[in-house]
Amino acid sequence: MKLNSIRLPHLNNAAERQSVPVTLPKKVIISMSQHGGVPCTPIVSPGDHVDIGQLIGRNDAVISAPVHSSVTGTVKEIVKIMNVFGKLNEAVVIETELRQNVSDEVKPPVINSREDFIKAVKASGSVGLGGAGFPTYVKLNYDPKTADIDTLVVNGAECEPYITSDYRTFMEEGEKVREGILLILKYLGLKKAVIGIEADKPKAIEKMEKLTAADEAIEVQKLPSVYPQGAEKVLIFNTTGRTVKAGELPMSAGCVVMNCSTIAFIYDYIKTGMPLVKRRITVDGNIVNKPVNLIVPIGTPIDDILSAADVYKKPDRILLGGPMMGTTIYDTAMPVLKTNNAVLLFGDTKQHSSTACIRCGRCVRACSMNLMPTELEKAFDMKDAEMLKKLSVNTCMNCGACTYVCPAKRNLAEKNQLAKAFLRQNSTK
Amino acid sequence: MNKFFIEPSPHIRSSMTTQKVMLHVLIALLPSVIAGTVIFGLRALLLVVICAAAAVLSEFIFNKIIKKEQTVSDLSAAVTGVILGLNLPPALPFYMAIIGSAVAIVIVKGFFGGLGQNFANPAITARIILMLSFTSYMTSWTDPFSYHSADAVSSATPLVSESLPSYLDMFLGVRGGCIGETCIAAILLGGIYLISLRIINPVTPLAFIGTVALLSFISGGDPLMEIMSGGLFFGAFFMATDYVTTPITTVGKLIFAVGCGLITVVIRNFGSLPEGVSYSILVMNIITPLIDRYIKPKPFGYKKEAKAK
Repeated sequence: MKLNSIRLPHLNNAAERQSVPVTLPKKVIISMSQHGGVPCTPIVSPGDHVDIGQLIGRNDAVISAPVHSSVTGTVKEIVKIMNVFGKLNEAVVIETELRQNVSDEVKPPVINSREDFIKAVKASGSVGLGGAGFPTYVKLNYDPKTADIDTLVVNGAECEPYITSDYRTFMEEGEKVREGILLILKYLGLKKAVIGIEADKPKAIEKMEKLTAADEAIEVQKLPSVYPQGAEKVLIFNTTGRTVKAGELPMSAGCVVMNCSTIAFIYDYIKTGMPLVKRRITVDGNIVNKPVNLIVPIGTPIDDILSAADVYKKPDRILLGGPMMGTTIYDTAMPVLKTNNAVLLFGDTKQHSSTACIRCGRCVRACSMNLMPTELEKAFDMKDAEMLKKLSVNTCMNCGACTYVCPAKRNLAEKNQLAKAFLRQNSTK
Repeated sequence: MNKFFIEPSPHIRSSMTTQKVMLHVLIALLPSVIAGTVIFGLRALLLVVICAAAAVLSEFIFNKIIKKEQTVSDLSAAVTGVILGLNLPPALPFYMAIIGSAVAIVIVKGFFGGLGQNFANPAITARIILMLSFTSYMTSWTDPFSYHSADAVSSATPLVSESLPSYLDMFLGVRGGCIGETCIAAILLGGIYLISLRIINPVTPLAFIGTVALLSFISGGDPLMEIMSGGLFFGAFFMATDYVTTPITTVGKLIFAVGCGLITVVIRNFGSLPEGVSYSILVMNIITPLIDRYIKPKPFGYKKEAKAK
């Protein structure tokens, strides 16, 4: 069986650009909500002096990751900002100083056991760097007695156009990815790891194959360059042949899925103790002359990235993340989050007007989850909760393939998101 | 503060549009229009053009009257007009063709909500209505190349005549029939064009024509002659593949096409009509919602929702 998929233009213009650090911003705005989980509470107050790697926000909830300062400077204020989910949350604004120092808190963790390892990953503030941003330690913190997990799936597919940050991780930090994989296999007691890389990145495949040639437990798999190859369920199916049932986690299929950049970071943390305070971001788009990969402190305002970008005209649309699943932003004062893998700048934006569905079936053939977007749209328009459930709307992962292929330019993926919200409301009533 | 576009993802779209789909269909119909003109003369071409123009005009006026946004630029009305024109006998009076186009666009498509909402194929339904209204005109056929002589000679289609043309003549369309249906070569050219661009699913024409051939073979007929007769190829490639009025899934399309083939053979052999392609497609159009209701792809990792506790 082969899952449905679509082909997208690749446009990986920044692929061969060595990552460079961005100029130190004058201030950083570090959001207490870096991912979909529970936001942290700031543990610093205005006037406090902080250094790189110092803990500034924490929360003891299960699905939460601590937040650290990405710069040396003085806490100016605690503000409320709106996150990508439309909720207000706190953020720590830090004015940077010329001299940047690493905090005393930063020291390599002592790891002797599985528990130590998971604790260290939690303390590192690690979240999935591929975009979804699930706190990493939650994925690792399963009960080995009840969960039968044997495989680590390393996501290096990077199937969205423009984004090259994972590719650069392989090219610049391939050794760290390998070491990180070996650490995870060792402490979690997993049998093997599969690194899935799309066929349009032959250099990364070659490099990782060479690096892992002697590691029997690590396999590099060349995957077709189709979208959405990097979606968790699709990747698990295509690398291991296992199916994650609707509403279940990769765990149920015996897999832990981690992004390659996340793994490289975890290795770094275990060796140095430096928590997640910076990340690699691709800056590209149709108005960008020279696409780049930047190493950016978490909390850097988008404005600072804009001024670093080489563009030939003003953007009229700014995306955080890829063109298929990224978010448009309205305010360039917003800060970079741990989950942002790209800042894409577009000009000459045309707005699409939808026309009538002609039942061509392209959306049905595009859906890797085998859903029927056009039928889902009708069911949502009729507010038919039963039909939405029957058509399994919650299996939709909002990859956007249906909207992409629709010749009538209908916003099918958006309707599915609205339908999920409608079902949630309906069930709590 | 700068103003930026805010929109839900995805932020890029494929270049395919409804208009382009229709344009490709028009291009695919071109070989049949040319073949029809060569075989039946310029009057045939004029008839097709009049149908297309009447269809577009009908849609334009209908949209004006009901104060709906103009949709003629999506080219779907033009496609309906050309398909209807190619489904008419070359000598049909022009006013009848215009009536047919207006019926297709206004009654079959417009009254049901326009593009994407009609349950029956407009061109086929219009052809059937013309058939019932002007039976003798709709069944008098012009001999191929007879436009060279002073007066056109009428003849019967191979399905009802005694002497059959050769396979080659059938393939090239040198026989009496509707303008676009006789030249199998031209239809195949257009059909392959649409299949190669993935505009149509090859399952439909293959299963439709295959079913007719198989049944003809089983009943001891001449499968090759049977499939090249009447409007089977034209119907299978251009009308049974209509998106709006046929099932959405490949399995659904297969059921639809096999059904079309069965009904065609039944009408051809047991009905009082010489040809059954149009009726078979119309009947299957009506069954399409039923097929779509039961034939659905199984969602990935599908689990029946647990009953609420």
